[in-house]
Amino acid sequence: MARYLPLALLAIVVIVVQQIAQWSDATYYLTQLTMTAYYSLVIVGLCLLMGYAGQISLGHAGFFAIGGYLSAMLTTHDLMPYQGNALFKALGSLGLLVHQQDLFGASVLHVTPWAACIAAVLTAALIAFCLGIPVLKLKGHYLAMATLGFGIIIFRVALATPLFGEADGISEVPGFTLLPGLTVSGDFAARTSNYYIAWGMVLLTMLLLSQLIHSRIGRALRAIHGSEEAARAMGVDTARYKLQTFVLSAVLAAVAGVFLTHFNGGLGPSEAGIMKSVRYVAIVAIGGMANLWGALIMGVVLNFLSLRGFFGTYDDAVFGAILIVIMLFAPHGLLHRGILRELKNLFRKNGHGPA
Amino acid sequence: MAPELFVQYLMAGVTYGFIYAIVAIGFNIIYNTTGIINFAQGEFVMLGGMLAISLNGLVPLPVAIALAVAITMLIGALLEITFIRWLDRPSVLRMIIITIGLSILIREVALHVWGESVRALPYFSGNEITTIAVLGARVSPQILWVIGACSLMVGTLSLFFRYTLLGQEMRACAANRMAATLCGINPRNMVTFSFMLSAGIGALAGCVMSPITSTEYSIGTGLAIKGFTVAILGGLGNSMAAVAAGLLLGIIEAFSVSVLPLAFQDAIAITILLIILFVRPHGLFGRKDAAGLKEF
Amino acid sequence: MKKLLGKGLWKITAAAVCAASLIAPAVSRAETIKVGAILAVTGPAAFLGGPEARTLEMLTDEINAKGGIKGNKIQLIVKDSGGSPEKAISFAKQLIEEEKVFAIIGPSTSGETMKIKNIAEEGKTILLSCAAAEVIVNPVAKYVFKTPQKDDYAAQKIFETMKAMGISKIAAVSDNTGFGQAGKAQLAEAAPKFGIQILENEVYDSKATDLSALVAKLKANPNVQAVVNWSIVPAQSIIAKNMRQAGWTVPLFQSHGFGNIKYVEAAGAAAEGIIFPAGRLLIADQLPKNNPQKAVLLKYKKDYEGRFKEDVSTFGGHAYDAFEILSRAIEQAGTDREKVRTAIENMKGFVGTGGVFNFSPQDHNGLNIDSFAMLTVKNGKFVPYTVAAAGQPKKKK
Repeated sequence: MARYLPLALLAIVVIVVQQIAQWSDATYYLTQLTMTAYYSLVIVGLCLLMGYAGQISLGHAGFFAIGGYLSAMLTTHDLMPYQGNALFKALGSLGLLVHQQDLFGASVLHVTPWAACIAAVLTAALIAFCLGIPVLKLKGHYLAMATLGFGIIIFRVALATPLFGEADGISEVPGFTLLPGLTVSGDFAARTSNYYIAWGMVLLTMLLLSQLIHSRIGRALRAIHGSEEAARAMGVDTARYKLQTFVLSAVLAAVAGVFLTHFNGGLGPSEAGIMKSVRYVAIVAIGGMANLWGALIMGVVLNFLSLRGFFGTYDDAVFGAILIVIMLFAPHGLLHRGILRELKNLFRKNGHGPA
Repeated sequence: MAPELFVQYLMAGVTYGFIYAIVAIGFNIIYNTTGIINFAQGEFVMLGGMLAISLNGLVPLPVAIALAVAITMLIGALLEITFIRWLDRPSVLRMIIITIGLSILIREVALHVWGESVRALPYFSGNEITTIAVLGARVSPQILWVIGACSLMVGTLSLFFRYTLLGQEMRACAANRMAATLCGINPRNMVTFSFMLSAGIGALAGCVMSPITSTEYSIGTGLAIKGFTVAILGGLGNSMAAVAAGLLLGIIEAFSVSVLPLAFQDAIAITILLIILFVRPHGLFGRKDAAGLKEF
Repeated sequence: MKKLLGKGLWKITAAAVCAASLIAPAVSRAETIKVGAILAVTGPAAFLGGPEARTLEMLTDEINAKGGIKGNKIQLIVKDSGGSPEKAISFAKQLIEEEKVFAIIGPSTSGETMKIKNIAEEGKTILLSCAAAEVIVNPVAKYVFKTPQKDDYAAQKIFETMKAMGISKIAAVSDNTGFGQAGKAQLAEAAPKFGIQILENEVYDSKATDLSALVAKLKANPNVQAVVNWSIVPAQSIIAKNMRQAGWTVPLFQSHGFGNIKYVEAAGAAAEGIIFPAGRLLIADQLPKNNPQKAVLLKYKKDYEGRFKEDVSTFGGHAYDAFEILSRAIEQAGTDREKVRTAIENMKGFVGTGGVFNFSPQDHNGLNIDSFAMLTVKNGKFVPYTVAAAGQPKKKK
């Protein structure tokens, strides 16, 4: 039962924060907390991959971008010219398309957000699956560079495709109505409900992941992280577990991309950039590799400050500095039980910290 | 294709090929002594160029370049001593993250010191519009400076590793760290030295290429990715193969312009990187069994 | 329930703002006016955001030293977006709701501006964008203005000049930034109107460090009479160098992005003879005495260069214009946001660095094609370009 305690605690904190914000007339904080929550989805997914399966990915912003860009493109691209096409007629009769009036009053035809979301997430999963098979055979630097290469390709595609708005990205993405009356959108009026949607998703994800790491899969992953050879010798199908984890974390990133894009009303190529991927890795590292809660907390704190412009023009510099300091002095992350002992050792042993 | 167009592409390719090769050799030198890929390698190139540009106003150009290289070497050594030397058998993942952190930090410091503007060193001989004819193609004399300086560096490095005591000690450390220690070599000093060396050659490359390509605070990442592709293509750790691989990539990129839209030029390197990683991770010129012995 | 509460709160705030605006007029109480700025001070668009942020800082100090606008001090809040739309969105909401700024200057790029256009509109906050794309003000949003000249004016101006020079077949190259892509589209659109054929069209990476292979490819087409390059730094200097090094002497046209003497320095001797459209800031001291902009331009140039020890650029000028338009409107209409908005919308004959602005409810940019002048580089300096004076451009090298 102990594993549900943090979840309950998180739920309470989420509600308390909202109530305090409401009370002190400072609900504007909820906007950035909502954005932070979606980034946290990427981070906990990456934490599962890095900390538990022991596989680094320097291309996770790519999956986020696949989700965000596909969903944004499908819900904003006008399909009117293809109206006569049999395929689109079929889609229309399935209720996957929606007629709207644009700013000029002309009638336009878009894919509904639900269909777009499913298509985007499935695409991300498929790409992760196809990419994962060859990539996860690699290790260390090779794996890092291959995933980085994947991230760069996605960035390039976003930057070079007119359909994705090239350097300007996609704007005026409509809200995503999950249920009647519950819409993911950046309207000032819908802020509180969006805060709960976002954090509800974080809670669900944490529930799912904490179940997972205590299951057979979680034990297998830890075995792989310890020693892949040993795990394989014990009959663990290492390739399959690694691939499953990779796809799951890609799906989480894509879902985050879809939702944040609808919440923000648009996105640009910076979401697919190398710095974004590095940031996700940095936050997982700072939170402690195999520490979902640590990653979540550090992700919320750092992203929230960053989104508020707290570090000014030193935003990236601060990330770089924190990253180095943590990796040097506390390679298991900032938030875990042994941190004090570790730091003490560090000074007692005259600089020879635990590796 | 007209012969002079062919030569024109070739010269562009060779120039870039050498620069990639120098970055790749920088990776290899550090990799060989430590097993680390230094993701901040591209930043050394940037630092060399930036320092030389700043110093150029104060001292004559050759002195400025020499000073810039020396300062970058010092920075390389300091980075190693401060951030890497005292770590006890760090994991690969940890080292990747530390060197990525260093690369971000150096870049951001450069941004706040030098600002966002693009700078360049003056041409070593002639000026921006001086051209010389090479087999019917017209190129800047600076291209010859780049090709000359880079081949000189490659030659000197191979002599250094083969014939000097220090070079031999470094190779010994790369081959077998334990055995080298038993022979009285201090591997930690060798690591520091390898950082200095790769910082130095990166900085020199940054100086000679600056008149052609200009220098700004953010050029490091792109070069590092190209350099890494070349290092992998040649086989990680093999510096001579890196030269061949660098030239190959540079020439492929230059000739791709005639068939592919230029926007895809950068994608070529990445595609090659992914293909080589999936199909032949030990590189074009490496041997699989040799690669298998190394730690990744 | 919570949703209702949120909605209610918003309504109350909105009502309060309305009420305040009813009470506020005529009474000119001294207060601090918060002005937000979302600029790409770092990141890939730092060449825009850097000078813009410094200009705003300078102007704010200047106005506050004089005692503010009618006694109202300005408090400037600069947010560095790094060119990322998601940060611009976050900052826009923060500035509007939390800081309750009077107006927002920026963002620096079109992509970011388009992401926050609706947010400013919904938050009823004046947005003075420093980005060029036409979509920012077309369709017109009530609260959204922009100060840079439209891209299509630049393209038209270039083609006008080409026509006068007797050039009809060109190569167009651009980089893959928003700026380059917008330019590429404008060139393609305007070319037929001027009877100009674009024979070669290439896009290169904005980080490209060598374009000699590209130049070789273009040069291989003997029909190309001129090259237009639409990009940001450093490629615009590199292409000039590579063309001259290849011994190719056709005229090189650049976009208005070339508007900084630093780029001329970077290209050195290769910059000689480059022709490009720009605001008149760069040739301020050479303007005739009767030019209405002369005084404004010289003052900005002197102040900026005196304070920051770097050459003035047209990008900083966009922020200058935005700030001056805002402060003039506040001077006219007081500290009521609605009135200031109306004052901007009806502002006529405002002399800025980018040209003479004449806003109207249909035109939230207020500049016409004459705000661009054609310039060229002579002996490392910008000078006005005249077709007659240039005579045979091929010999200019």
